[in-house]
Amino acid sequence: MQRSHAQLSTSAVAMHAPQGGLLVAIKATLKRDLTLMLRRRGEVLNPLVFFALVITLFPIGISPDPELLSAIAPGLLWVAALLAALLSLDSLFRSDYDDGSLEQLLLAPQPLAALGLAKVSVHWLLTGLPLALMAPLLGIMLSLPAGSYAVLAISLALGTASLSLIGAIGAALTVGLARGGVLLSLLVLPLYIPVLIFGAGAVQAAIFGEGIAAHLAILGALLALALMLAPWAIAASLRISING
Amino acid sequence: MWAFINKLRSPKWFYAISAKLQPLFWVAATLLLGVGTVWGLAFAPEDYQQGNSFRIIYVHVPAAFLAQSIFVSMAVSGLVFMVWKIKVADMAATVMAPLGAAMTFVALFSGAVWGVPTWGTWWMWDARLTSMLILLFLYLGVIALRGAFSSRDSGSRAASVLAMVGVINIPIIKYSVDWWYTLHQPATFTITGRAAMTMDMWAPLLMMVVGFYCFFIALTLTRTRSEILRREANKRWVRELAEEAN
Repeated sequence: MQRSHAQLSTSAVAMHAPQGGLLVAIKATLKRDLTLMLRRRGEVLNPLVFFALVITLFPIGISPDPELLSAIAPGLLWVAALLAALLSLDSLFRSDYDDGSLEQLLLAPQPLAALGLAKVSVHWLLTGLPLALMAPLLGIMLSLPAGSYAVLAISLALGTASLSLIGAIGAALTVGLARGGVLLSLLVLPLYIPVLIFGAGAVQAAIFGEGIAAHLAILGALLALALMLAPWAIAASLRISING
Repeated sequence: MWAFINKLRSPKWFYAISAKLQPLFWVAATLLLGVGTVWGLAFAPEDYQQGNSFRIIYVHVPAAFLAQSIFVSMAVSGLVFMVWKIKVADMAATVMAPLGAAMTFVALFSGAVWGVPTWGTWWMWDARLTSMLILLFLYLGVIALRGAFSSRDSGSRAASVLAMVGVINIPIIKYSVDWWYTLHQPATFTITGRAAMTMDMWAPLLMMVVGFYCFFIALTLTRTRSEILRREANKRWVRELAEEAN
């Protein structure tokens, strides 16, 4: 009697368990994160405003001379976009941590690495990609030489994807800490340096009329490496932050 | 095999075995560093281009070696701790981090001092100095992350993950910085006089390098032992040890 009751309840649980595999879960996570982000427009817009503001500070702080500005524009645009992407990282897991949905993600039968990757791709879609699209506009204001605008956008789009992945490791490690903001930048910025070197290098190569294929290929290779390894580190870090 | 790993798990066993090992390494470190310093600074011949300033190599190069090796051993300890839950590995990683950061700073500082006679300036954005600076930031990140958690276990595991992420990135950072430097090569100077080192310049350098490594092992053993006592203060064997000492 007891036993059949137990069997009955397990089969009932199995029937009510959400059907579908990994793809369904990833799709659901993507949809949920996109909806949430689009309802909090400020979080999407703030990095862009920050990007524009930082770029405004440089001519004021250095000099309005177009020649000088155009010489340092590739580096400035890349550094400012990198900082804007960094600033948006803290919110990546924060609200999910606060309302407990991150724990549900951990409990889900699907691998946490895949669900984390879905969250990171939404973050890139609404932070990295807009930054990349906005950069040419700011490039005009810094009198970036013609012919490098497309390369600037492409290198930023490729590079910010790696930045989101690497940064998510830091965000996952610090999400359990009350004031993790400055610590997050301390952890993540050194790891951003290779992406910065090849991203800004691509724009500079385009200005000097050199081949850009090598730079973009290396940015792609960095992205492939990050795609392969970062999800596991993100999953491990989330487990530490939740269980600790 | 499993018996050995189980033994390694026990801080008590490590405490006993390290008591026998540490004097060996301390004696070796003292001898090698003592002889190496005197030989390198006083008796090795002058470099024909850099004169006496080349003698900084006897501190700079071993410190730079150690700075990188300590990060790798810290990451390996972190991996061992995460996979086999061996606490001693985490204790070793804890005490390694400040020493590694210190060695990175020594390498940076001696590099800057060397820069004055060689380049005529304290700081150049030279590829090697830049990578060292980034390595210092990586060390500081690991130390800060460990300290930020209120629970020691979470801090240990977070620091282990970060050390592993860092060790994968170190070669990528190093090669991209090298590449960046060759692209922006400031034309005038290169460090010369490195290729032509005679045997009586090499020998003290080798002694210093081995001596630095012995010093690293000896200091890690000693500091891990005190870390064991600190963390295991409530265990019976530690209390018995304290009663014996009284």
